[in-house]
Amino acid sequence: MTNYNTLYTVTVFSENRVGIIHKLSIIYTRRKINIETISASPSSIKGVSKITVTAYCSKDDIIKIVQQIENIIEVLKAFYYTDDEIVYQEIALYKVPTIKLLEEPNLESIIRKHNARILEITHEYTIVEKTGHYDETEALFYEFNKYGIRQFARSGRVAVTRSPLEYVTMYLDNEEKNRRPTEIWNSRE
Amino acid sequence: MGQTISGAEALILSLIAEGVDTTFGYPGGAIIPVFDVLYDYRDKIHNILARHEQGAIHSAQGFARVSGRTGVVIATSGPAATNLITGLGDAKMDSTPLVVISGQVGAAALGSDAFQETDVLGITQPLSKWSYQIRNAEDIPWAVARAFYIANNGRPGPVVLDLAKNAQNQKIEWTGYRQCNYIRSYNPYPDVPKKLLLEAADIINDAKRPFILAGNGVTISGAEKDLAALAEKADIPVATTLLGLSCISSNHRLNKGMIGMHGNVACNIATTNCDVLIAIGMRFSDRVTGDIARFAPQAKVIHIDIDKSEIDKTIPATVGINGDARTTLQQLLPFIRTAHHDDWIRSFDDDWELEREKIINKEINPDDGVITMGQVVNKVTEATGNQAVLVTDVGQNQMQAARYFRYTRPRSIITSGGQGTMGFGLPAAIGAKIAAPDRTVCLFAGDGGLQMTIEELGVILQYNVDVKIILLNNNFLGMVRQWQELFYNERYSETPLVNPNFVMIANAYGIPAENVETPDQLDEAVERMVKHDGAYLLNVNINPSELVYPMVPSGSVLDNILLSKTEKYIKKQKTDYDKL
Ligand SMILES: Cc1cc2nc3c(=O)[nH]c(=O)nc-3n(C[C@H](O)[C@H](O)[C@H](O)COP(=O)(O)OP(=O)(O)OC[C@H]3O[C@@H](n4cnc5c(N)ncnc54)[C@H](O)[C@@H]3O)c2cc1C
Ligand SMILES: Cc1ncc(C[n+]2csc(CCOP(=O)(O)OP(=O)(O)O)c2C)c(N)n1
Repeated sequence: MTNYNTLYTVTVFSENRVGIIHKLSIIYTRRKINIETISASPSSIKGVSKITVTAYCSKDDIIKIVQQIENIIEVLKAFYYTDDEIVYQEIALYKVPTIKLLEEPNLESIIRKHNARILEITHEYTIVEKTGHYDETEALFYEFNKYGIRQFARSGRVAVTRSPLEYVTMYLDNEEKNRRPTEIWNSRE
Repeated sequence: MGQTISGAEALILSLIAEGVDTTFGYPGGAIIPVFDVLYDYRDKIHNILARHEQGAIHSAQGFARVSGRTGVVIATSGPAATNLITGLGDAKMDSTPLVVISGQVGAAALGSDAFQETDVLGITQPLSKWSYQIRNAEDIPWAVARAFYIANNGRPGPVVLDLAKNAQNQKIEWTGYRQCNYIRSYNPYPDVPKKLLLEAADIINDAKRPFILAGNGVTISGAEKDLAALAEKADIPVATTLLGLSCISSNHRLNKGMIGMHGNVACNIATTNCDVLIAIGMRFSDRVTGDIARFAPQAKVIHIDIDKSEIDKTIPATVGINGDARTTLQQLLPFIRTAHHDDWIRSFDDDWELEREKIINKEINPDDGVITMGQVVNKVTEATGNQAVLVTDVGQNQMQAARYFRYTRPRSIITSGGQGTMGFGLPAAIGAKIAAPDRTVCLFAGDGGLQMTIEELGVILQYNVDVKIILLNNNFLGMVRQWQELFYNERYSETPLVNPNFVMIANAYGIPAENVETPDQLDEAVERMVKHDGAYLLNVNINPSELVYPMVPSGSVLDNILLSKTEKYIKKQKTDYDKL
């Protein structure tokens, strides 16, 4: 029953407050589950952050993790997905010595093949950007590695679902109906 | 236009607005401004000065659990904040509403390893329902309002407010206090879809051998009457968890006792044999389930719990209802048909008879001149007309007190269930008495646990708190000794205790006390204790070889029950359950 080899992507919609990532990460840590990637940024809803976390674990684990994440007071909603349910990307930046690139006869075809683009060129170095899945950014890494990569950075995963509906917005609309009129503190949300 | 006041005063005014009249606190550098203001408001808020912050928080827990009100703790930063950790963990586990306010170094010094700075949010996050650091005074009423709302709505729990010193001194414009009643990211009382109620009702109406397991959530939601109504209408026997013990009267004909490791034989056997299990406000702790793979193997499970993450957590539910116990039971009742399960209910009798014969009678009336824990508990519950509040410490004393005490009023058991915190008892009993001055509060503690927070006797002295303390003294860490005797070849590693003269200690704190050495002294001593107006301590000499039975060994299936060291439970007559 337990299968630890599934990579689950969890997306969390939360009020943008201090300490949420800590509360979230201890839920994984308690179960000794390693977080592979994590990324956080403002969502499409004002004041609400979207946090995307990936980790290998069992289905049983991920169900319980998501419920415990939802127990964090500031969390509006959390969801889990397998890779086939979402469209996702990572972004990678590569800094390579310009002089080495200039020696490469197939530079153009490499850039084309990997669908990468060049962000900045100086005498010293060139910065190339590529977005894609992990194995795709990894493939370009191997390609460039022979010139000696000076710096490399890869983001955590960001993802959107294939579902036509945005559940969080529905959730918020629903919650608003429960709001009682005397509350004034919410202006701080 | 409001008046200009300090953050510390804003805090006190906010507490008063929340109806707080009692706090459990201990001062220190990072919280002095708050205590300074408290001095002006001491006619409105009565602070109980504990002798240790752990004592303060356990007292607040006792206060909250007996009354359902939110307990309030005020302490300083650093070591005081870390002293609160045990109580926070305990309150989180047992769903106890607390607002814990700890002082913190000034916001400008945060992160600099300032004197008595601790990362309070960092260390309390796993142990609190919510935690928040207040860095400026304007946030105070807002944060207090949220804290109270979160602590005591939905599944209750402890909330931590880490209050930076600069915020206490800072002046703000006070424009009044508004309670919080809505947080968009937190819905404490989810609606239950009618479809689920109907599904549950169908299963209950079709049941041949239905069984209710009632837990702490019934007490928390005040669903005692609704629980009885369901049980009576559909004629369903009820067992409770340790924390649910007083949610149905011990005298109720359908109350069949406690389930779990040291629960009643009949309840554990019935769990194994029932065809429908209705779990209400309980979380299937491992002390309750034993081996989860073989728990209630024949049963469809209906689980009512306010915390969605509890449903399917350990025992998969056939129908999982995420809702408040009281509301859900009220909505469910009209769909339940009147039923009779006479044969099924009678099937409990044999096992009860067996337990009485093998265990209970011997425990209550021992014949070999020793005093047993059960005997003492039985005497005390009788002497208090079965009306008292039971507070326990942890260990054998806890199990025997829970088993042999009788409960006729709601909110009558206060014990550290999920965490099993030794030292919980004495301060919790103090808090309980303060919250419920009209009730008799009886504390049963072991000699080990009592010494973990014995300094709190000072609180009894200072505030004249009438707590009846029954020390079940076996000169051993008894529960650990029990495991050593049964499972570790009687190797009593580090469990014998050399104890002080407890009567002298009590007397030193102005508390009358006596030793009870032999069974013939017991009745009168209990009588004197109960009659005495004020705190009293009985130091009862218990035979260290007394073990708590029945016992389901840890992790074992529930019908594997030890009745004594040499005897296991075997069903006397084979009941043909399928015919019931
Ligand atoms: C030495 C020792 C031995 C023990 N032996 C036993 C034993 O034999 N038997 C036993 O039962 N326990 C035993 N325990 C206690 C055990 O560890 C657990 O603490 C206990 O079983 C938990 O009971 P509970 O699930 O009712 O309460 P809790 O753990 O407090 O859980 C309450 C549940 O109710 C829910 N809830 C809260 N509010 C509401 C509401 N308004 N509506 C609906 N649901 C709500 C919560 O979400 C939670 O799931 C022992 C403990 C110790 C220390
Ligand atoms: C703080 C803490 N430390 C250790 C334990 C482990 N423990 C559980 S029961 C027990 C023995 C308790 O002995 P005592 O207080 O004398 O009570 P008795 O079992 O003899 O009634 C111990 C050490 C615990 N539950 N809590």
